[in-house]
Amino acid sequence: MIERKSIFKSIFEKPWEESQSLKDNEHDGKAFSITGSKLGIRTIMVVSTVIFSLFVVTYSDRMLVHDWKNMPEPWLLWVNTLILILNSYFFHKTKISSDKADYENIKKGLYVVGFLAYLFLFGQLIVWYQLMSQDFYATSNVANAYFYLLTAIHGLHLIGGLVFWSRTTSIFLKKNFKLPSLQNRIELCAIYWHFLLIVWFVLFGLMLFT
Amino acid sequence: MQEDKYKIEAKSTSVSDSSSATSGDIDYLPPKEIPDQELYHSHSWWTTYVFSQDAKYIGIQYALTAVGTGLLGLILSWLMRLQLAFPGLGILEPSAYYQFVTMHGMIMVVYLLTALFLGGFGNLLIPLMCGARDMAFPYVNMISYWMFVVAVIVLLASFFVPGGPTGAGWTLYPPQAITAGTPGSDGGIILMLISLILFVAGFTMGGLNYIVTLLQMRTRGMTLMRLPLTAWGIFTATVLAMFAFPALLVGCLMMTLDSLLGTSFFMPAIISMGEKLSYEGGSPILFQHLFWFFGHPEVYIVALPAFGIVSDLISIHSRKNIFGYRMMVWAIVGIGALSFFVWAHHMYVSGMNPWFGFFFATTTLIIAVPTAIKVYNWVLTLWRGNIQLTLPMLFSLGFIVTFVNGGLTGLFLGNVTVDVPLSDTYFVVAHFHMVMGIAPLMVVFGAVYHWFPLITGRFLDEKMGRIHFWITFVGSYAIYFPMHYQGFVGVPRRYFEIYDSPYIDVSTLTLNAFITVAALIVGAAQLLFLYSLIYSARAGKKAPKNPWKANSLEWQTPEMPPEHGNFGKELPKVYRWAYDFNVPGAKEDYIPQNVPPSQVMGAKVEKT
Repeated sequence: MIERKSIFKSIFEKPWEESQSLKDNEHDGKAFSITGSKLGIRTIMVVSTVIFSLFVVTYSDRMLVHDWKNMPEPWLLWVNTLILILNSYFFHKTKISSDKADYENIKKGLYVVGFLAYLFLFGQLIVWYQLMSQDFYATSNVANAYFYLLTAIHGLHLIGGLVFWSRTTSIFLKKNFKLPSLQNRIELCAIYWHFLLIVWFVLFGLMLFT
Repeated sequence: MQEDKYKIEAKSTSVSDSSSATSGDIDYLPPKEIPDQELYHSHSWWTTYVFSQDAKYIGIQYALTAVGTGLLGLILSWLMRLQLAFPGLGILEPSAYYQFVTMHGMIMVVYLLTALFLGGFGNLLIPLMCGARDMAFPYVNMISYWMFVVAVIVLLASFFVPGGPTGAGWTLYPPQAITAGTPGSDGGIILMLISLILFVAGFTMGGLNYIVTLLQMRTRGMTLMRLPLTAWGIFTATVLAMFAFPALLVGCLMMTLDSLLGTSFFMPAIISMGEKLSYEGGSPILFQHLFWFFGHPEVYIVALPAFGIVSDLISIHSRKNIFGYRMMVWAIVGIGALSFFVWAHHMYVSGMNPWFGFFFATTTLIIAVPTAIKVYNWVLTLWRGNIQLTLPMLFSLGFIVTFVNGGLTGLFLGNVTVDVPLSDTYFVVAHFHMVMGIAPLMVVFGAVYHWFPLITGRFLDEKMGRIHFWITFVGSYAIYFPMHYQGFVGVPRRYFEIYDSPYIDVSTLTLNAFITVAALIVGAAQLLFLYSLIYSARAGKKAPKNPWKANSLEWQTPEMPPEHGNFGKELPKVYRWAYDFNVPGAKEDYIPQNVPPSQVMGAKVEKT
């Protein structure tokens, strides 16, 4: 195992010095001991976090203006939250069965996960429909507009995740894979799902308490 | 053949312990634990040249698309200058003038410079400089380019919708951007916003590749601190982009909704044409903060790759190790970090709290410190160097002078008290064109002259290149120096005609004509450059391998231009940094990064 320095420490190296040079020659050219795809998913999560943080910042700024009218949170949102929690939980279980190479449970797990994700999206649409039928339009108050916008962006992230989920599932069903790469895929999807759950907690909490 | 070239000179006395071992020992590296990346191989003409997944091709595609769009931006600027100099001819309607100003600004900043430096040079150079066969995710890389193409098409489509493209200025400030009366306030602005959203989405995919490739896919021995500064500049700029572009995305999304659905994220209560609009309570200032939270780092997204590239050009073409490599890396990282704390200096006249302005003026002036370090280091690299006045070097020198000029006027504008009277005058126009228009373009040209042989195997034409350089360099001073003066006497920007007013001096009008003539000539020189690109790609002088005697890995490929997979059968191993020029004891005046110590036994790098 190679000892890794943090990027911020490594910029103090003197690459021209002989002692450093001998160390550097054996360096394998990686900054972290993780796969490229894992670093990729982390980068995506960082960018998404920036996007959601900016939304939250503008939300809290816009909230202070006098015309802000709080919006009710339909009880269905709690159900959807529960679905999303279950979704994450089952993805974690799927990940564990993929680590054990337990193919039967991987298959079940992938199906359950996909079903719950679609159910969540469907539930969100129902919430939209309910709110609109109660005349909470995006144009009538900016609080409503934020609700639709934030749920839509969160939903789009989930749809993006579903694209990778369906790729993984189809590769799995066609039996056209090597085990480590399948495990890697499932792990990355699971990480992303947990991330979206945390994002949902933040967004839901924000809308609940304001 | 290489053994011949780097024959040891008799300097055994100065050989130190560690390098006195036999060649077998010092070159030994433990075997690699992780196998090479699997490479995608294309099967047809379409997947090789059009939907290519090879980063080199994608880089060239990005560059050509960006240059094509930039050419439109150039033509728009010609028309604007003609209008300003000869308002009597009635060349442009007022609305067309604003539309051209907007499109020129947006095209040049985002679709030309950002796409060219990161999409173009990033894709071309990152895998080659790291010693990788391709980017980490070639498929995503291809999608990134095609998203950019779609973004460009959507942008250009706005010329053909009713009402034309948006005329809100490249800052797209609401409420005027989406209120009736502003040119393109219905179709044009929507297409602009959608195009930007697509650009950000595509760019994020590209950036993901650059970051992962640079961090995780380097070849054996290539530590971060052995990377050429070009790679450092592109890397830091990409990280900035990952944090800055989301702000643009968020702003664009919310403004799209304000415009399409009638939400009030940014739109305050407004009375337009005697009627009260349905908007209420939105904050236009909030958009300004979002926009400039993107917009200022954007300046450095363009500037940092330019800093990196120019450092390499100066070092290679003066045959000298870059002065203060570590300090250069720190300055790049430091500038990148600071660039997120200066955005409100674009908003001094937006009515913000004076203490806020005080804070941002301070951070803005602090950023001058790492920037100055970089300028000193470039000059110190030239100091006693064996300066080759090649075309890349000429453009690099042009860059240093222009960048210092533009940077100095930045000190004026960074101070609130000085900025307020100069705000919205031609002084600002002159400042930002010097510092982020001409200066980075000088680097772009230098870089194209430098890496053209790598792409085509031929040199760019020397004679046309010199004409191109001198007209561009002298000409841009003829354009922008007088603008500083115009700004000082108070000529406002964004006016499509300077009316006959007692406050406007006659000299302003004559200067306007002079500037326009200079702009036409400089623009024509760029057409000569484009001709030279085409001509030289077919009939230019054949370049030998590694024509500039550079050290970095992109020149050490078995074939030049590099083939699919870049490095033939085996990836290179790296034994040194990219700046071993004129090492005492070495036979040649350069030692490429992949030359093992055994081949340059007597050579000993001096302390820096």
